[in-house]
Amino acid sequence: MPTTKTLLAALLSCTLAVPALAGPLKVGMITTLSGGGAGLGTDVRDGFLLALKQAPDIDIEVVIEDDQQKPDIAVQLADKMIQSDKVDVLTGIIWSNLAMAVIPAATAQGKFYLSPNAGPSALAGKGCHPLYFNVAWQNDNLHEAAGAYANDAGYTNSFLLAPNYPAGQDALTGYKRMYQGDIAEEVFTQLGQTDYAAEIAQIRASGADSVYFFLPGGMGISFLKQYAGSGVDIPVIGPAFSFDQGILQAVGEAALGVKNTSQWSKDLDNPANQAFVESFQAEYGRLPSLYASQGFDTANLLISAAKTADVTDPDAFQAALEAADFDSVRGNFRFASNHHPIQDIYVREVIREGDIYTNRIVATALTDHSDAYVAECEM
Amino acid sequence: MPVSLVIEQALNGLQFGVMIFLMAAGLTLIFGVMGLINLAHGSFFMTGAFACAATAAATGSFLLGLAASLAAAAAAGALVEVAVIRRLYARDHLDQVLATFALILIFSEGTRWLFGSFPLYLDVPQALARGVMLPGGIQYPLYRLVVIVVGLCVASGLWLLIHRTRLGMRIRAGESDREMIAALGVNIAGLYTAVFAIGAALAGLAGALVGALQSVQVGMGEPVLILAFVVIVIGGIGSIRGALIGSILVGLTDTLGRFLLPSAFGLFLDPSAATAFGSALASMLIYILMAVVLIFRPNGLFGVA
Amino acid sequence: MNRETLANTVILAALAGIPVLAHLGGEPFVITLATRIAILGLAGVGLNLALGHGGLVSFGHAAFFGVGGYAMGVLASHAQAWTPLATWPVEIPGTNLMPVIWLTAILAAGLLSLVIAALSLRTRGVYFIMITLAFAQMAYYFAISWPAYGGEDGLSIYVRNRFPGLNTLDPIQFFAVCFTLLCLTLALMSRITGSRFGLLLQATRQNPARVEALGVQTYRIRLFAFVLSAMVTGLAGALYADLNRFVSPSMMSWQMSGELIVIVILGGVGRALGPVAGAGLYVLLENQLGGISDHWQIFLGAVLLWVVLFARGGVLGMLCDRRSADG
Repeated sequence: MPTTKTLLAALLSCTLAVPALAGPLKVGMITTLSGGGAGLGTDVRDGFLLALKQAPDIDIEVVIEDDQQKPDIAVQLADKMIQSDKVDVLTGIIWSNLAMAVIPAATAQGKFYLSPNAGPSALAGKGCHPLYFNVAWQNDNLHEAAGAYANDAGYTNSFLLAPNYPAGQDALTGYKRMYQGDIAEEVFTQLGQTDYAAEIAQIRASGADSVYFFLPGGMGISFLKQYAGSGVDIPVIGPAFSFDQGILQAVGEAALGVKNTSQWSKDLDNPANQAFVESFQAEYGRLPSLYASQGFDTANLLISAAKTADVTDPDAFQAALEAADFDSVRGNFRFASNHHPIQDIYVREVIREGDIYTNRIVATALTDHSDAYVAECEM
Repeated sequence: MPVSLVIEQALNGLQFGVMIFLMAAGLTLIFGVMGLINLAHGSFFMTGAFACAATAAATGSFLLGLAASLAAAAAAGALVEVAVIRRLYARDHLDQVLATFALILIFSEGTRWLFGSFPLYLDVPQALARGVMLPGGIQYPLYRLVVIVVGLCVASGLWLLIHRTRLGMRIRAGESDREMIAALGVNIAGLYTAVFAIGAALAGLAGALVGALQSVQVGMGEPVLILAFVVIVIGGIGSIRGALIGSILVGLTDTLGRFLLPSAFGLFLDPSAATAFGSALASMLIYILMAVVLIFRPNGLFGVA
Repeated sequence: MNRETLANTVILAALAGIPVLAHLGGEPFVITLATRIAILGLAGVGLNLALGHGGLVSFGHAAFFGVGGYAMGVLASHAQAWTPLATWPVEIPGTNLMPVIWLTAILAAGLLSLVIAALSLRTRGVYFIMITLAFAQMAYYFAISWPAYGGEDGLSIYVRNRFPGLNTLDPIQFFAVCFTLLCLTLALMSRITGSRFGLLLQATRQNPARVEALGVQTYRIRLFAFVLSAMVTGLAGALYADLNRFVSPSMMSWQMSGELIVIVILGGVGRALGPVAGAGLYVLLENQLGGISDHWQIFLGAVLLWVVLFARGGVLGMLCDRRSADG
């Protein structure tokens, strides 16, 4: 419910911006719709469009383009959307390296950017920007939660595994920020590696009491299946990315019982989430994923801001976004001063419902959690 | 570092090498007989994996899935040979590279059209999804052991096919003198299609076997393709024996490098720098191996000038 | 050859004219596309010297393209952060001056290609294709794992580098810079292919034994052609990074090497303006097909296949004559 004050502000901004009100709010969505990572982009897009469909009275036009998971293509699409389509807001990017290529340039040109997935640390700290909002998480968040959960579960000797690239190194840093036990061994694999026999042998020999791994996409599927077939029974913890609805069926039984950390789950008990899960299934015939929930929240944030402010008045629009006056499917949601979420992060367990693998919440790892970079952000 | 860990890693390297061999054998056969560089060979790997996953999901039988992977990859291979590849034999390598690059795009995107963007579900058969105890107290996944055995059987079968059958005789004749066997009245077009289909089927089998360990998804063939190229160049193009030895060499170098290099650097660097450097060097290791081999033996280990 | 001269004139005139019209019509994205064509065309012109004139099928030119890109990224990131590039033996600062960056890119690509070519040229045929691929893969994995310059994330440069007297942030002015470099390189290439060296290179491709019999070392001829080719591609890499204000290891991936080959063949192997025509067609296909279907890569694949099978000699070959360009 908008208060009288924000209504007044909205009225005022409308009257001030009358000449520019001719067109609808224009959104450019750059996301991955082809290649190996297409599933993630498809989910963000579908979640986003579902939210727009549920708010027919708000005039928002979306231009969607496929970045093929290539940074240079993403940059060119951003140029096209800004120069040719004349969009007001950009969104959609899945991968941190693409985000780093596009977001600083877009915000420098005065465009709003709402991130539905990637949250690189460089943009949360010194590189933060008034026009950049992250609706998902700062990249370290889920790893920090996993570290906190490892303490709660009483693990004291963790084996850490991640690909050798910046997000992989950040992931392990995030885990170690919260985790208080010893590190049995820290292993970096090649990015895109598909065979983990060598690493699993090292895990077996390490004497660790827990394994934390960050292996997004197909890498995680391969690792888990091979781990399950190896006879090693040290418990595994991971971030939600490797246990999400889109890929759980591919991992199969190997994932059953694994604990993973996420800011969202389909069984989160709030009306917005129940309505979302139901309508997403009705619309697309599949269960929503983490990414779909983030796309849905991103669109609802945008709708909430468009209701109260006009994008031609950037200050008012920014203030409207900062207010985050929408019903997030995650329940509690607000922005920290660096425009990154303050939210609860849960521990989920992989279960089987009928013949579908999915997650349920078993604990709360962190409450009202922000990120480690918020103090470095000056704006 | 316990000896059992080193042995286990060597087994892992062997299993990896055997899988690459299934890819490399087809590539090297196709190059040896028809003189064709086939970048689209990774697409047959993917075709096999998807056929196996789809069949196993529909029937519940992994064995039927394997049969389907062989059939689908061989059919795809034969189809592509008749429709496209046949026109490329007389062309230079440049045209072959470009045309088969185009085939990759068509195969990958076509598969995504049919199956969607999400990875498919294919699991190791229940009976094999456990560890076994090897002599010397080494615990090892049974499925990987079976994969090693299957790969070595295929290698011997291939040897028998080439050295003990009429088809093999024609293949060998084709490698040494193409015009001559045509003049002798052998159906050269049929022979080429058969060789291409056999190569594709081997790649499809590899895709299905590996697909059970990894995720079955679009684009899974290309990383293996590059490795297979490295292998056949190291072994000498056209040589099956070279492909086998090259595969095992590459498999062992990669696995042991990834495992040993970070610890080796750890002797004189601090742990995090050692892991970073070691992993970086390990990912370049097989390419360094290939470059070194080619510098000293420009036609590979078993190639003829 | 008259028709080819005519076609060349039309291509260059179109590439120069369309951005000017777009500038007047307020369509900056068209200028960005034209800049991309000019830069990829330049990279193709470089590759064409090795591939078309020298018959050296390099499947690893992305390495030089990427090194050029990183020359820009490293220098500009140091200038951006006000940190010196090196402090020993003398302090070397970063820079955001384009000519300095270009020179660095050319030298870096030249040095790398000297090492690669010296080793690779001992091999022939498929082995050469594969060893160049192996070296490019090494460079790719090195760039991914080396943490100092962003690794897989790449390097973002927030403001385009400077060229004295110009505002390079203005799309049309940056296009002018790239187009001028393309024309200068084309002129240089035409001098080179017409020179004694160019003729020897052609002869080395067609009949190396005869050239050796003349007392010329074909190894040196090939080496020189390969290094020169890499230098041009390296320059294009620096421009490409500046166009995107971003560089990442994907510039060195084997797919990028494949795209460069596609560009050269689409246009017409061994023809002076083949790569420019090829780059134009490639960029247009990519932009137009993407709008038609999510599965546009199928159609791109079909077009490429059709060109290889039925339109030998590429676009220029079709337009000009049926003479096979590979002689």
